[in-house]
Amino acid sequence: MDLENQARIKELTAKYGKDDLIVVLGGAEAEASGLAAETVSTGDPTFAGPLSGVSLGLKAYHIFELKDEIDPAVYEEQISMMEMVLEVDEIVNEVKTYRG
Amino acid sequence: MGFPVVKGTAYALIQATEMVFHQGTTQTSERRKNPESEHLKKLPEHLRSFQDAVSYPPNQVYIGNMTPDDLKDIPRPWYQAPVPGASRHGKYGEIMPEDEFLGLIKIVDAFDLVFLEKGFQTQVQEKIAAHLVLGDINGLDKLSKEPGDAEQIKKMVDDHSAQPLLFAGKLVGCVKKAHEFDEALSDHVMFENLVSKASAVFVLKHLLAKTELQADQVEYIVECSEEACGDMNQRGGGNFAKSIGEICGCVNATGSDTRSFCAGPAHALVEAAALTQTGIYKNVVVLAGGSSVKLGMNSKDHVKKGMPVLEDMLGTFAVHIGENDGVNPIIRTDGIGRHKIGSGSSPQAVMTAIVADPLDKLGYKIPEIDRYSPEMQNPEITEPAGAGDVPMANYKMIGALSVKRGELDKKDLLKAANSFGMPGFAPTQGHIPSGVPFIGHARDMILDGKINRVMIVGKGSLFLGRLTNLFDGVSFVLEKNSGAPQETGFNKEEVRLMIADAMRVFAQAFRGE
Repeated sequence: MDLENQARIKELTAKYGKDDLIVVLGGAEAEASGLAAETVSTGDPTFAGPLSGVSLGLKAYHIFELKDEIDPAVYEEQISMMEMVLEVDEIVNEVKTYRG
Repeated sequence: MGFPVVKGTAYALIQATEMVFHQGTTQTSERRKNPESEHLKKLPEHLRSFQDAVSYPPNQVYIGNMTPDDLKDIPRPWYQAPVPGASRHGKYGEIMPEDEFLGLIKIVDAFDLVFLEKGFQTQVQEKIAAHLVLGDINGLDKLSKEPGDAEQIKKMVDDHSAQPLLFAGKLVGCVKKAHEFDEALSDHVMFENLVSKASAVFVLKHLLAKTELQADQVEYIVECSEEACGDMNQRGGGNFAKSIGEICGCVNATGSDTRSFCAGPAHALVEAAALTQTGIYKNVVVLAGGSSVKLGMNSKDHVKKGMPVLEDMLGTFAVHIGENDGVNPIIRTDGIGRHKIGSGSSPQAVMTAIVADPLDKLGYKIPEIDRYSPEMQNPEITEPAGAGDVPMANYKMIGALSVKRGELDKKDLLKAANSFGMPGFAPTQGHIPSGVPFIGHARDMILDGKINRVMIVGKGSLFLGRLTNLFDGVSFVLEKNSGAPQETGFNKEEVRLMIADAMRVFAQAFRGE
């Protein structure tokens, strides 16, 4: 996960606390999405960024999991094409494993 | 005048394994953080030989000895499927070894910043003098003069006032900083810029050798790499283009640099098309050299997965755009795709703006384009790093957009993607894979009557510059030439007749009164 983003998420968690914060992912691939979910929950597994060894305990959801929360017209316009293209189940299952 | 055409192309690669280790940012960052890192220890075992790089199937496709379709028949991993009898010389260009390239860096250095150790310099001078394309290069005599002293070179590198130049594990030279404290002229910036300039010179020399274009016929050069040259008061002042043309004898050319991250080449080609269609210039060359810092960008994943480090190639290209000759494929300037500032950044919005909208203008449906060339990154490089198969992801997106537009049945999406798609074969050098690697093959396939039209798509991640979160993308369609230059612009004779008619009518009316 991008090191700048790790720093920003760390700052936001310090500001708002983990209970009122979720991370929404838009990754195109299961492994990379899982890595991002893992980074914000248990820490950066690659030990490269500010979240190395830092367990924020944040819950991450892929945007595909939040379909029911989104205005259908917006989802249609912004996400539906990618839903047709990507391995939705594989990505969602991978992300879910890091929510405990 | 009519639509402009693609008159010729050249593509070249340079293997730079020492630069992977010493100048690639993945390695330089690692060295800064942890000089004793496991990655740095293991990396040298994963660097491949020059022969392995030459016989690597995607590299053979890049220089034109094989087609992208040939790759479909070669089972992966391609690094375990060397092409028998592969040559460093290709239809479109060449694969150059690192020692010769270090010699070329000294040749293109105008400010005495490059030093090569005496014995090494003599060896490369002989090789470049005998080189088919570089034998007559301006500045070859620099390799017979002022050799560097090995001890002095080592001292400058140890003092951090120069970037090391190595060959086969041995320090053979250096690029020193160009100013005492100006960071824009530091040794690492000068190294990067000289690598970019030298590699672009290499590909322009190939374009001039392999096509009918003569150096003195070039009127404008658009350089579109991702580097910036200037000093601390104008960090990106330019001009790479003229510095490259100078070495290649393009005495009648001027030029400038165009930037938009990986979308730069597509912008540059549109600019070149406009300059030739309007008649401002007859012959425009769009070109770019390679990027040393991107070498080995994903090497941590390659090393971890026991693969060779495949990102050891500097990529280059040059495209000659000229006036309509009735033969070469035309650029449909009446349907240029552009990602607008207001287009939105979701993949769907981007693809609509750069694929669907221009095709609507041209009156084509998505499946009516025979081939799409988006970012043609080699999937063997990107997949181990978790970035997936980039060209295939683009083909699926284009197919899905076609389904949404009711042009394609959803069950045929994959079939369509395979039909208008091709395996990626370009090195992950940012601007290099972005649409342009297929132009040479596309030109040949259209001239051979195998296909009629191709869309070239360049995309860029502008957020990396931290000035905007906007995305970028530009596209254009290359199409078979109908044979007769099509009138699309201003016709002087026609206008003269119209004015004469109007005057006559006015005179008659005046007399009538």
